[in-house]
Amino acid sequence: MTYSVWRIAREALRGNSGWQPAWRDQAPKPRYDVIVVGGGGHGLATAHYLAKLHGIANVAVLEKGWIGSGNAGRNTTIIRSNYLLPGNEVFYEHSMKLWEGLEQDLNFNTMVSQRGVLNLFHSDAERDAAARRGNSMRLHGADGELLDAAQVRTMVPLLDFDNARFPITGGLMQRRGGTARHDAVVWGYARAADRRGVDIIQNCEVTGIRVEGGRVRGVETTRGYIGAGKVGLACAGNTSRVAAMAGLRLPIESHVLQAFVSEAIKPLVDTVITFGAGHFYISQSDKGSLVFGGDIDGYNSYAQRGSLPIVEDVAEACVALLPCTGRLRMLRSWGGIMDMSMDGSPIIDRTSVEGLYLNAGWCYGGFKATPASGWCFAHTIAHDEAHALNAAMRLDRFATGALIDEKGAGAQPNLH
Amino acid sequence: MRIPCPHCGERGNDEFLYRGAAGLPRPPADATEAQWHDYVYLRDNPYGSHRELWQHVHGCRRWLVVTRDTRTHVIAAVTDVSMALS
Repeated sequence: MTYSVWRIAREALRGNSGWQPAWRDQAPKPRYDVIVVGGGGHGLATAHYLAKLHGIANVAVLEKGWIGSGNAGRNTTIIRSNYLLPGNEVFYEHSMKLWEGLEQDLNFNTMVSQRGVLNLFHSDAERDAAARRGNSMRLHGADGELLDAAQVRTMVPLLDFDNARFPITGGLMQRRGGTARHDAVVWGYARAADRRGVDIIQNCEVTGIRVEGGRVRGVETTRGYIGAGKVGLACAGNTSRVAAMAGLRLPIESHVLQAFVSEAIKPLVDTVITFGAGHFYISQSDKGSLVFGGDIDGYNSYAQRGSLPIVEDVAEACVALLPCTGRLRMLRSWGGIMDMSMDGSPIIDRTSVEGLYLNAGWCYGGFKATPASGWCFAHTIAHDEAHALNAAMRLDRFATGALIDEKGAGAQPNLH
Repeated sequence: MRIPCPHCGERGNDEFLYRGAAGLPRPPADATEAQWHDYVYLRDNPYGSHRELWQHVHGCRRWLVVTRDTRTHVIAAVTDVSMALS
């Protein structure tokens, strides 16, 4: 069923009796050409592009819970391509371009809103760093614009511009950045993949990976053994656990990242703002809630909930940046589990097991990467080699020294 | 999350600095690059009990080995590093 304004009008006249489920509820078949482990945005996007671009539709996506139950439903929905390093920026700019055409590609309203992403700076040194990053973005074909304090003030007048410690001296603006609707992204990819013949199998947890003679043969699951020609892991947060089933030990720690929404208020922030004097980012949802977050808690965790010091830290940053939010009530907070890699950048690569592929290490930045991650992972699985866009995101870069360390923090996952 | 420091008593986790897995065997100086790679970059990242290093920076400044469940954050044991790794 194709969604269109005509379909809506028709269903309005028929009492909405003709809508069908967006994807089939499939039981697993005995064997697939490709099994993707993890029914989050990245796994579903991988299946979609495998079927659409590489003609491989005998694909299953295995999800241990339900679609949208993991990090796809736990992020702050920001999309952007404002990276510095060549190994990252080409990839994220490709993702940005895919976001720009995603609704037409998927025939699903993913509510992509290019409301801009504004990185504030508060000193001359930060301004220089922002200018350098903006130049790198523009050299890679993305957009970037250096704004002075007056230009920022025109856009967001309620920021604390004349703060004694951290005066706002300007910002690096990416106008093509913005937000997308996180649930709609996974639903849209699931529906589009399903329409091309992909089986989306929920409540099916992988409990083992069968490897014979150095080659992957299939996966053991809570719904029985399923054979596979190739297996792709896209289960960030739990990557180490699943990869260990195939004997892999990875440069990844799992950490909890919290996010927050306030009660709904009238329009206050019509872009995405990041604080330059602390780790804090904020936007406003269509319902009116402020959506914001900050640092990870900083210790290994699979618990999907964090502790109070980070709640306090994020709230302090919020009030430091936007003093007018001081009496606003925080409505909800939640935690998601991040694959924190050893250099802060992701991995999309083959592994030492033939036919087993790895998509992992997204740290904070998985949501914005969803389309390009699936696109590149599908290419890597289909052709058994990386595309130029993910050529730098190798698993062996930690051994060769070709790290992509955007922040220069070294092998300290809780500092990325 | 609160960590029972053996020297200072139970304190909030914001008094502590986290330094990751404890007891990783440091390779000898003449070890191969592959051994150093494993030591510097690879982690077990367990789902469950995890032995990890915390420093009580806003207290006694001692390094501690904490055994904590990564699924629940429940702490099973805390030992001063001089007792745990000697």
